[in-house]
Amino acid sequence: MYQARIYITLRESVLDPQGTAVRKALDAMGYDNVKDVRIGRYLLVDIDTDDKSLAESQAHDMCKKLLANPVIEDYKLEIVKLG
Amino acid sequence: MKFGVVVFPGSNCDADCMHVVKDVLGQPAEYIWHKSGSVDGFDVIILPGGFSYGDYLRSGAIARFSPVMNAVYEFAKAGGLVLGICNGFQILLEARLLPGAMRKNKSLKFCCKDVYLKVENVNTPFTLKYEEGQIIRIPIAHGEGNYYCSEDTLYELKANNQIAFKYCDESGEVTDEANPNGSVANIAGICNKNGNVLGMMPHPERCAQKILGCEDGRLLFESIVLHLQHKRGV
Repeated sequence: MYQARIYITLRESVLDPQGTAVRKALDAMGYDNVKDVRIGRYLLVDIDTDDKSLAESQAHDMCKKLLANPVIEDYKLEIVKLG
Repeated sequence: MKFGVVVFPGSNCDADCMHVVKDVLGQPAEYIWHKSGSVDGFDVIILPGGFSYGDYLRSGAIARFSPVMNAVYEFAKAGGLVLGICNGFQILLEARLLPGAMRKNKSLKFCCKDVYLKVENVNTPFTLKYEEGQIIRIPIAHGEGNYYCSEDTLYELKANNQIAFKYCDESGEVTDEANPNGSVANIAGICNKNGNVLGMMPHPERCAQKILGCEDGRLLFESIVLHLQHKRGV
């Protein structure tokens, strides 16, 4: 069993209104050295296979088809063996 | 002429669309459950507003993989008329039937109010009863209507006259102040290159009868009927 740990964030060229709101809040709290905040999603996908490269290619497919929207989002992932 | 209104789990404007088509315009219409694998026999497909699949992951992202969407995709590619309103627009974007994507509103607030739109393109089956540059009042109700596309895509949208509606003020000026959600170029609605697929965030079905205080949205549905009548030589 492998686990795909997938990080999805808005692409750099895309304004992140939530991230901007959080950055302003942090600034108001005194963290005036915070230059940028990007909010994203973190997905843990357990894939039942012993083949790491299969798990990895499936995870990439899932990201491209459903989990991330390439128009506005970037993703990165790592594959970890479970158990 | 038959209208089909797709119902996803979480759709909540399906009955409003049905009411306008059937009761206001007097056209035959049926609901299509999202598990249906076919849209045969329909001339127009409406993807209504709502929160399909709870907006999980991204608005429209999961609905796009409903069985009915394969049929809608083929229907659209063959030139069939597809209208996506609000969540329906988001689904069309996720299905890549229209270019671009939706982000959360710039204000981060769910925005529910009447807005003014400028009709930018009257040469589509959905807008032919409007006048070019006409200013119409239509309600919006969304949290993720902040339309985004790359500069290249925006250039293409303009070059192909695919921008159908823009947010404007009461006098028709397209300004930042009149942009309720931060959409690129004040875009409220776009169509595909062929003009047979239209997506818009505002709700024309909520303003299609005098009793509702405004009927500017009715012309959109009447445009569809007129287009289909012409096509059939009526």
